[in-house]
Amino acid sequence: MLPILDGLFNGISIGSVLLIAALGLAIVFGLMGVINLAHGELMMLGGYGTFVVQNVFKELGEPWFNLYIFFAIPVAFIVAALMGLILERSVIRFLYGRPLETLLATWGVSLILQQFVRSVNWVMVIGMGVFCLLFFGAMFFLRRLRIGNWALWLMGWLSLGIAIVSGILIGKTGQEALTKAWFSARNVDVTAPEWLRGGVPLGNFQLPYARLFIIGLTIIAVVGIYWFLNASDWGLRIRSVTQNRTMSSCLGIPTAQVDALTFALGSGLAGIAGCAITLLGSVGPNTGQNYIVDTFMVVVVGGVGNLLGTIVAAMAIGILSYLIGSGTLAVLLVQVEPLKPLADMFLFFATTSMAKVLIFALIIAFLQVKPAGIFPQKGRTVEL
Amino acid sequence: MTKGLGRRKFLVYGSAGLGSSLLLKALTGKSATATNNLFIAQNGDTIKVGILHSLSGTMAISENTVVEAEKLAIKEINAAGGVLGKQIEAVVEDGASDWPTFAEKAEKLIDQDQVVTVFGCWTSASRKAVKDVFESKNHMLWYPVQYEGQECSKNIFYTGAAPNQQIEPAVDWLLANKGKQFFLVGSDYVFPRTANTIIKEQLKVKGGQTVGEDYLPLGNTEVTPIITKIKVAMPSGGVIFNSLNGDSNVAFFKQLQGAGLTPDKYPVMSVSIAEEEVKQIGKDFLVGHYAAWNYFQTVDTPANQKWVADFKAEYGADRVTNDPMEAAYIMVYLWKQAVEKAGTSQDLEAVRQAAVGQTFDAPEGLVTMKPNHHIAKTVRIGQVRDDGLFNIVWSTEGPVDPLPWNQYVPETKGFACDWTDPNKGEKYKM
Repeated sequence: MLPILDGLFNGISIGSVLLIAALGLAIVFGLMGVINLAHGELMMLGGYGTFVVQNVFKELGEPWFNLYIFFAIPVAFIVAALMGLILERSVIRFLYGRPLETLLATWGVSLILQQFVRSVNWVMVIGMGVFCLLFFGAMFFLRRLRIGNWALWLMGWLSLGIAIVSGILIGKTGQEALTKAWFSARNVDVTAPEWLRGGVPLGNFQLPYARLFIIGLTIIAVVGIYWFLNASDWGLRIRSVTQNRTMSSCLGIPTAQVDALTFALGSGLAGIAGCAITLLGSVGPNTGQNYIVDTFMVVVVGGVGNLLGTIVAAMAIGILSYLIGSGTLAVLLVQVEPLKPLADMFLFFATTSMAKVLIFALIIAFLQVKPAGIFPQKGRTVEL
Repeated sequence: MTKGLGRRKFLVYGSAGLGSSLLLKALTGKSATATNNLFIAQNGDTIKVGILHSLSGTMAISENTVVEAEKLAIKEINAAGGVLGKQIEAVVEDGASDWPTFAEKAEKLIDQDQVVTVFGCWTSASRKAVKDVFESKNHMLWYPVQYEGQECSKNIFYTGAAPNQQIEPAVDWLLANKGKQFFLVGSDYVFPRTANTIIKEQLKVKGGQTVGEDYLPLGNTEVTPIITKIKVAMPSGGVIFNSLNGDSNVAFFKQLQGAGLTPDKYPVMSVSIAEEEVKQIGKDFLVGHYAAWNYFQTVDTPANQKWVADFKAEYGADRVTNDPMEAAYIMVYLWKQAVEKAGTSQDLEAVRQAAVGQTFDAPEGLVTMKPNHHIAKTVRIGQVRDDGLFNIVWSTEGPVDPLPWNQYVPETKGFACDWTDPNKGEKYKM
């Protein structure tokens, strides 16, 4: 009995990591139809947000340090949501209804974000600040004066030049503090607070606190999203816009605002996921890449546009990959004589790499039977 | 009307995006050129050497530290008057963690920059990628990282440990002190797989038992299935032999602690975790676990104290030194000594012959270049202590001679390598 319980717990804990990572994507990809390849990088930003909060709380000393994670979650949400908002306003909103182009654009954004965290330093931030101030300031005035595009182009290059020159000048002063990269290409480590290390002993195995925390966080996030989408005003607007944009617009729903909000919400959830995964591994520029494939897998298997499907898919993939990868399935099957060959097969797949192979094969097979996922969308929206 | 507005906005934001990305590039590009010109000496008469490591990509984290050690050695040599009265000029190339790029950049260093030797590579995959280049051009590469052995090239000098200078003594020590049951965990690529083949053969011979092995794809952070397997295979404790690389280590140790596998029952012996990695993983997760290397920052020799002090003075007091950095540092000096003995830096054959037999009072102790182009090194086992450095719990009496062809693996048993004798060469039967 105990091994089954153990297996179930471990499977659910893997599944909950997949679920919290995929939740934001289920909204962005599932509801809005944007193939957001920068989703992993938004998680990474959440992770870096957690890292910064941790460092601040380290300064404050012991009683505070133990509580930093509760402050890190909202910070991670806000950082990622803000980045999502910028992304939506500056790139995504021009690409609605063209999923393949969102794929290319967000992939480019993901590369920019990766390089950004590698090389960000004060000089760069000041340079970007100068550029934004000059360019958007100029844009504001040019709009008022109704001067044409050529002036804006000119201002764009001019402010770019000024920003680069000021960046180089500041760099020349040789202030180490200004030119030093904030995070560098190195992975940074987030140390879990004391009470999240270790676990609850149960028989001869132990339930890690970090895993329990992630499961709890996932449940809260899922319940919160359900409530938000089904009961709050903005949630209802989001659903109406995703179901019928033109009709919603006619009824006076500000669709542009709703789009921005939805994308920011999905990005913010990615930030929370980023905070959660710092409890399991380190945070680095490549962190997002490790999760992006899994998250898309979950959303596709679950069925696009369906939160329940995402939940079921995440849990199913989590439990299956644990049972296969740890060899538990092989051990269980070997006890039943007629299933011996099947047990041998599962024994062959009982390594981490091979388990992944089998899971992918199973998913491909599953999508042959149900191409639209576990819970396919029904009704007229499908035809659009 | 609305369409025109949209296009205008698109132009505006597009140029904003372009602007900021150009800004990014401009600012990062600036620092890169600065490092490249760092070592151009005042007078034109210099000896050019190549430095070929990944300055970007996954491996940049580790390889940057090695570049720093090499630059420090070059700087010291130049300050002391250079080699044969000439200053050393380092041409730095970025392999970008991409193996074909390594081969390309190696050719560029040899043909275009006309360097007399190259210091470079970290992963076995990158070394294998450039090996053909150096052999076909009959050139010279110095390689600073412990590796899986089973290779002995005339054109490569290996200053990291061969398996019999790291893995095998570690297994012997574990068998004598920690238990007979081993679980092998590694990243899924050439080094861990070859290393584990050697360990399995060695355990068969020495009376140990391999109870399981598993490999994580590089970058994977989900280790729960492996931990379950370890617990099932060794319910009352046993040795975990870890050759994971990079990020996976962080996940592995964090989750190991969460699952309640403590170092007193499940000691982990790592062969890819040095001082720099301890800092990244977080020492709280590692205290009490073991690592096998030839050098630790805590080695108590006068040469080491001086080196650590010099390194910190150059790169910052919060920095640590580790084994690959030390190997990278000493290989520059070994090359310098070989050039001085040969009296020329251009005649690679003469330098190659002069290199064999060179000794150097390295931070790790005395090292000697052997006829098989590997160096004799002291082997040490360290236990992670509270400050993140290693407490050296065991070391060999003196330097151990390198054996590139492994004596536990049946296919290479009884073979050796000797480049000083034309009849012996790469692989001969002893």
